[in-house]
Amino acid sequence: MSGEVQAAAVLGGLSESEQLDEQRPGRRVRPRRLGLGDWLLPVYTVIAFVFLLIPIVYTFVFSFNDSIKSNIAWRGFTFDKWLNVCNVEGGAVCEAFGNSIVIGLVATVIATTLGTMIALALVRYRFRARSAISLLLFLPMATPEVVLGAGLAAQFLAVGVAKDMTTIILAHTMFCISFVVVTVKARVASLDPALEEAGRDLYGSPAQVFWRVTFPLLMPGILAAALLSFALSFDDFIITNFNSGAVSTFPKYIYISASRGIPAEANVIASAVFLFALVLVVAAQVSRAARAKRLAKLS
Amino acid sequence: MTVSIREFAERGADLELVGIQKRFPGFTAIEELDLTIPAGSFFALLGPSGCGKTTTLRLVAGLEEPTQGRILIGGTDVTSTKAHQRPVNTVFQSYALFPHMSILENVGFGLKRRRIADAEARAHEALRLVELDHLAQRRPAQLSGGQQQRVALARAIVNRPALLLLDEPLGALDLKLRRQMQLELKSIQEEVGLTFLHVTHDQEEAMTMADTVAVMNKGAIEQMGAPEELYELPRTAFVANFLGQSNLFTGTVVGTTDTAITVDVQGTPVIVPTARAARHQGEVTIGVRPEKVALHREAPAASSERNLIGPGRVIDVSFSGVSTQYLVAVPGLGTLTVFAQNIGFGPVAAEGAEAWISWEVEHGFGLEDEPGETTRFPADTDTRSIAAQRRDALVAELEEH
Amino acid sequence: MAFAAFATAEVQPQAPRKKSRIALFLLLPGILYLVLFFLTPLVSLVLTSLQAPSEFGDIGQYDYAFNWQNYVDVVEAYWPHILRSFGYALAATVLALAFSYPLAYFIGVKARRWPLLQSLMLVLVIAPFFISFLLRTLAWKQILSDESFIITSLKALSLMAPDAHFTGTPFAVIFGLTYNFIPFMTLPLYTTLERLDLRYLEAGSDLYANPFTVFRKVTIPLSMPGIVAGTLLTFIPAAGDYVNASRDFLGGPDTQMMGNVIEANFLVLLNYPAAAALSIILMSAILVLVGVYVKRSGTEDLL
Repeated sequence: MSGEVQAAAVLGGLSESEQLDEQRPGRRVRPRRLGLGDWLLPVYTVIAFVFLLIPIVYTFVFSFNDSIKSNIAWRGFTFDKWLNVCNVEGGAVCEAFGNSIVIGLVATVIATTLGTMIALALVRYRFRARSAISLLLFLPMATPEVVLGAGLAAQFLAVGVAKDMTTIILAHTMFCISFVVVTVKARVASLDPALEEAGRDLYGSPAQVFWRVTFPLLMPGILAAALLSFALSFDDFIITNFNSGAVSTFPKYIYISASRGIPAEANVIASAVFLFALVLVVAAQVSRAARAKRLAKLS
Repeated sequence: MTVSIREFAERGADLELVGIQKRFPGFTAIEELDLTIPAGSFFALLGPSGCGKTTTLRLVAGLEEPTQGRILIGGTDVTSTKAHQRPVNTVFQSYALFPHMSILENVGFGLKRRRIADAEARAHEALRLVELDHLAQRRPAQLSGGQQQRVALARAIVNRPALLLLDEPLGALDLKLRRQMQLELKSIQEEVGLTFLHVTHDQEEAMTMADTVAVMNKGAIEQMGAPEELYELPRTAFVANFLGQSNLFTGTVVGTTDTAITVDVQGTPVIVPTARAARHQGEVTIGVRPEKVALHREAPAASSERNLIGPGRVIDVSFSGVSTQYLVAVPGLGTLTVFAQNIGFGPVAAEGAEAWISWEVEHGFGLEDEPGETTRFPADTDTRSIAAQRRDALVAELEEH
Repeated sequence: MAFAAFATAEVQPQAPRKKSRIALFLLLPGILYLVLFFLTPLVSLVLTSLQAPSEFGDIGQYDYAFNWQNYVDVVEAYWPHILRSFGYALAATVLALAFSYPLAYFIGVKARRWPLLQSLMLVLVIAPFFISFLLRTLAWKQILSDESFIITSLKALSLMAPDAHFTGTPFAVIFGLTYNFIPFMTLPLYTTLERLDLRYLEAGSDLYANPFTVFRKVTIPLSMPGIVAGTLLTFIPAAGDYVNASRDFLGGPDTQMMGNVIEANFLVLLNYPAAAALSIILMSAILVLVGVYVKRSGTEDLL
């Protein structure tokens, strides 16, 4: 899903445009002024962003609600929920959050490793089953999550495996691999093979060339893929729901408590994660823009 | 004459630019431009990149709006007319062939928009003119660069615009294709009688194709005229060195007769015909083309017909088959360039040899530039100073951190 | 595009080398993993969908069989859900496209002059990804509940009947699906529009096309890859979604989609064959629709 891949690129602070600038000759052409479009489109854009951000702002604001149990009506401002996140329902929110983090980390490490290996093989080697493998990687992205979840659950049922953390991690790794392959492959394909040839020319053994030249150059792509994997895993609910048994994750906790009311502490955790991710990404973008500006000044 | 886009232009139209100025945020592309291109002519705007020539073209096409001034085509003010309503077509530098349409659809696009009858037949006809009708059903990506260029040309001329704009369309082609296309353009122009406005940085292309060449620099036209006139009698140091090369000298006018002025260049008297000199007193810059200069191994006899400089020393000889270029350092005057036809075998002087140079008085010219800052057009080849600038920029960059 | 990303590798394997042992080593673990945890489960799903209840078993006990009747039964029982799934997903896809195209156009084309603004706007587009999708949906539920400011105002202005609701209606579900998948639509659109060579648009207007014609004849066809990718990325997850339509979120009893009945059959009723049969129907229908759509839009090379 390219949306996710783009998201990963932005997350990694390396929006693809960085690599593509030179190939885009149309970039310098100034768009012609179109009377109406001059103000209509910017105004629309502002309204669109307001719309996109409304529920986020709502969630953030209600993390300060002095609610008792359910967090629906506004009952006054408080910092309490931020200060005592884990003090509700015997820490159930925090436990679910912790599970989500652990699952996300493990699934990310496995999926990134396996996916990067596949990406390298796909770009660098010629082999017969290539189109079959491409299809195998594409299908999980074109399959609705509910089918992926039900399929795995049917499998675990058939084999008689009890559902716990492990089954969740296995499921998350499965749907992350394809996204890692797509993200890393773009990076491998944009890598100039001459760099590796230069490495070999300068007396590097194949292993040295890989670890000293290829790998560092692929790092931004791998990092972006890892961030994407983590984000996908962390926010997944549908597949988790089918394969989690009694284990709670943060999204599952919200789904289950939705009928009786979500405590404001869940808003606190979601808002904190949001702010953390936002700061990270904005910082990456700003530093990238500053770097581009300095480079432009020099050339 | 009014030109409507609903019908074909009968013939080319005049183009008039009156007091055009174009400012972009942060810089001015065109200072002040007045230009008249008569109907049916092949006009070339020549200049280095960033001189404002492409902006001029885009203004005429209607792709940019001038900050000030008016644009008239065939006497009609089109300044506030949008691009799609102007009787003008462009052959874009990148060709800009629509990748999602066939060649035929590309060529017929403009005709269809103007609802002209039997668009398809006309499109085929235009493709036959550029000898590509057999590829009508292909997509642009399946064509070679030269073929794409011809399609772009067909797509523009099929509309019979009053004015055809060419934005360095030959830039991407190899030498042989360029020659072919130049020929094709010329014959189309003669056949159809359109007005052509050709923008290029290639002096040779401009000179071989255009009736009139205007040399543009820093957003203004430096000099305009027939190619041979511009070459033989440049008016500014910029033209003298952008259009071919020149040996330029600065000196003071010390004598004037009816027909000639004498300029003292570091003690050497140099004579220039009055008619070929723009300034007749005070400090002046004068010059001569390198191929008009003769190289002598021994001091030739003085003559009132020829200017003589020397002795100097040959510091570089580069042999290029048909000719040889010598660089001769003359104390006090700097380095002069001499192009000599290889009439005999190989170069006539070796590096380090003592040499004199001379040229016929009537080949010299005097510039209208204020001497001083106008010594030499900074050559692209001065890599050392570029490297020094880059290094300074990098050092400054590092100090910021 | 994810869809395109696979195609490009097909065309140009860079510096192809023949050391197939290394390729095997690189591919084997990941491919094995996908076979084990993606392909085998699909087969399992097919087998489960054909199971028959155990003769002497409890609820939730099934034996392998070849019970085609399961498919007939689920279609009979759930055909409104099946229709709803595709109808809602289609509506949400169209709305998301209408919402996203101008936005992506502004970010990708108009904002080119300001790269920093462009990247910050992209961050805003993906910002919803950073906050739990369930919480966002719940937030909308609160914002648009019967007691909310927006709904009471609409009622006060007589723009809504006094006894009408928004949450629990098909509109609310379509609204939620649209909102949740907008980034999936905007990003691929942005990617193609950002690479759109404006000189094609200039060539169009040079060739007597007015701005509207240029948009219809040049901009839209050139952004087709983004449109196709975006609509697929929205339609596929929307058709399988069950959070928005769930009663605890934006849906009601009459808005249940296939995802809801798959979940209910699998996790609550323990009717695994029915859930599996519905899943297979959903997946096959999507694959067929995607195939037809891609073929008709003339972008086969995306797949």
